[in-house]
Amino acid sequence: MKSLGSIRRDFAPWNDPNAKPYIQFDNVTKKFGDFTAVNNLSLTIFEREFFALLGASGCGKSTLLRMLAGFEEPTAGRILLDGQDLRGIPPYHRPVNMMFQSYALFPHMTVENNIAFGLKQDGMPKPEIAARVAEMLKLVKLEQFAKRKPHQLSGGQRQRVALARSVAKRPKVLLLDEPLGALDKKLREETQFELMDLQQKLGLTFVVVTHDQEEAMTMADRIAILDKGEVMQVATPPEVYEAPASRFVAHFVGNVNMFEGKVAERTAQTTRIAGATGAQIVVENAGDAAAGADIVFAIRPEKIRISSRKPADAVNALEGEVYDIAYLGDMTVYHVRLDDGQMVRASTMNAARVTEDPLSWNDRAWVSFRSDAGVVLTR
Amino acid sequence: MSNATAAAATSPSADAAQSPLARLGAAFVGRLVIIIPYLWLLFFFLIPFIIVFKISLSQTAIAMPPYTPVLDFSGGISGFFDQFKQLSIDNYTWLTEDALYFNAYVTSVIIAAISTLLTLLVGYPIAYGMSRAPATIRPTLLMLVILPFWTSFLIRVYAWIGILKPEGLLNQLLLATGVISQPLIILNTYTAIFIGIVYSYLPFMVLPLYSSLEKMDYSLIEAAKDLGCPPTSAFWKITFPLSLPGVIAGCLLVFIPAVGEFVIPDLLGGSQTLMIGKTLWNEFFANRDWPVSSAVAVILLLLLIVPIMLFQQAQARAQEQGK
Repeated sequence: MKSLGSIRRDFAPWNDPNAKPYIQFDNVTKKFGDFTAVNNLSLTIFEREFFALLGASGCGKSTLLRMLAGFEEPTAGRILLDGQDLRGIPPYHRPVNMMFQSYALFPHMTVENNIAFGLKQDGMPKPEIAARVAEMLKLVKLEQFAKRKPHQLSGGQRQRVALARSVAKRPKVLLLDEPLGALDKKLREETQFELMDLQQKLGLTFVVVTHDQEEAMTMADRIAILDKGEVMQVATPPEVYEAPASRFVAHFVGNVNMFEGKVAERTAQTTRIAGATGAQIVVENAGDAAAGADIVFAIRPEKIRISSRKPADAVNALEGEVYDIAYLGDMTVYHVRLDDGQMVRASTMNAARVTEDPLSWNDRAWVSFRSDAGVVLTR
Repeated sequence: MSNATAAAATSPSADAAQSPLARLGAAFVGRLVIIIPYLWLLFFFLIPFIIVFKISLSQTAIAMPPYTPVLDFSGGISGFFDQFKQLSIDNYTWLTEDALYFNAYVTSVIIAAISTLLTLLVGYPIAYGMSRAPATIRPTLLMLVILPFWTSFLIRVYAWIGILKPEGLLNQLLLATGVISQPLIILNTYTAIFIGIVYSYLPFMVLPLYSSLEKMDYSLIEAAKDLGCPPTSAFWKITFPLSLPGVIAGCLLVFIPAVGEFVIPDLLGGSQTLMIGKTLWNEFFANRDWPVSSAVAVILLLLLIVPIMLFQQAQARAQEQGK
């Protein structure tokens, strides 16, 4: 059986036509004065999903989150949570909690009291609050820091207090605004997995806003890629990466080589693309691109092989000259200038410590790829 | 060879001899910087205070100045020490015997406390509004708060007479609009003093409040709301506790000068108001009893210094605990 990328867990309610959406954005528009932050956007998120809103700064992802939390009201459209229209419901009556980018820990309260804050608001009995706080502290492994104030904690510890505080009330939905933005790289990678574990353990719906595609790819069940207040694509991480819907998505997520061209010939099995600069490319999966249509052929660097001689069996092989080499340890990235002038980026895993066929700057080289290695983009 | 060894042997010891000296010099310069404010306090606070304290222990005399000399060297060493024997606490016992002084102290503290509370009530919303205003207009608002300082304090207090007197602007306005039929008697009452103090000291309350409110991260309020806290409750649980340093600083800045305030009660409060600043003035200039008025001033200082020290101690303790 073939599949795109790897499958993390057996959870795909978005493929089930009978599944009930949990959070629904219905044609939501949000304007700040003349500026349109969110433009007629529709989106559905399912229960227990780990959903990521990915985009550059100013794409409207934080506005979406703030509308869900109740800090902003949509200018038009509606937001439903578990079938209930959220319009007019103030943040303090919504069954969602948010983990703030700045953590927003109350500086005059101890870790314990920060975590207990929301529970006290609900009028939960004292012994139950104490039990829940202890449980939360254990969950984020901060038992011995209960009596500390936020300024006596490290950045990573503060992040965990913020997390504990936001899940203490067992919200229907947890909103995370750049939850790992303030952490250093190592800690961020560890915490990504901790967050995923936590989501599984608590069975909550997570909506995370991030500008870090790696973060979104690692954690999320599905990713919505936003640009200028509009959804560009909603899909699982492998789909976003291997089958981007548009040039924007292909470009935004990961590295990509783009060949501008036209569909020269379509047969039942294969499609031949005439590159604008002269390259002829044969692909299997051309989608609905009609013959003669202007398209872009996009291919990821790791799907391109590079060799000093023309591979005998390759469907697609293009000749050029090595322009630049970046050695990154786990892999090496080659920049090859094809003879028609197009630059191609190819990356090779350094699976062995020694290379059989070493390439150097200005060497002649061939780049080759399979007919199903890339995608044809019509948008 | 032997020369080289000798040089090598001596040079480290020379270094060792020089560096403690250099360190001492550096330490001295470091001390010097701290000494300057201490010298300032010594010359402009401690020495004048000691003189006032000495006068408070002297006797009145028909002389110029009107009390027995502070330090008189004319009697030689023995005469100089004899002076100390003449010092007495009579003036302090006198203060306890006449109920006037006690009443004046108590009234002053009560008036200052009420005024401080009123200033806080008026100043807090102003400071809060300023801190929530768009960042572009905040400097303008700050400017407006400081603007009254550009006019003489005395003139501004006089202006209030024109506003508050029975035929003044306020009464004319209220009569003309039909809100009242009889002019309000505000001038020469405690109400006028409260108005005067709140008006005059408002900037001293607003500025520290503003600086502590402005620093506050608004996302804390959002976090509180997010966790189920309605806005009013969020104010009392988050905003107000976090602005406490500003509240305390503002209250002290208003309370301390208000206790000893003389101009406002004199101009707006009329003759029957009893405040310690006015009593002090009367003793000095009407009775020409410098020793008693010095005693009044010393007691006033002690009265004010105690709460300040208690506050500072509490703050230091809070800081040690890591706030």
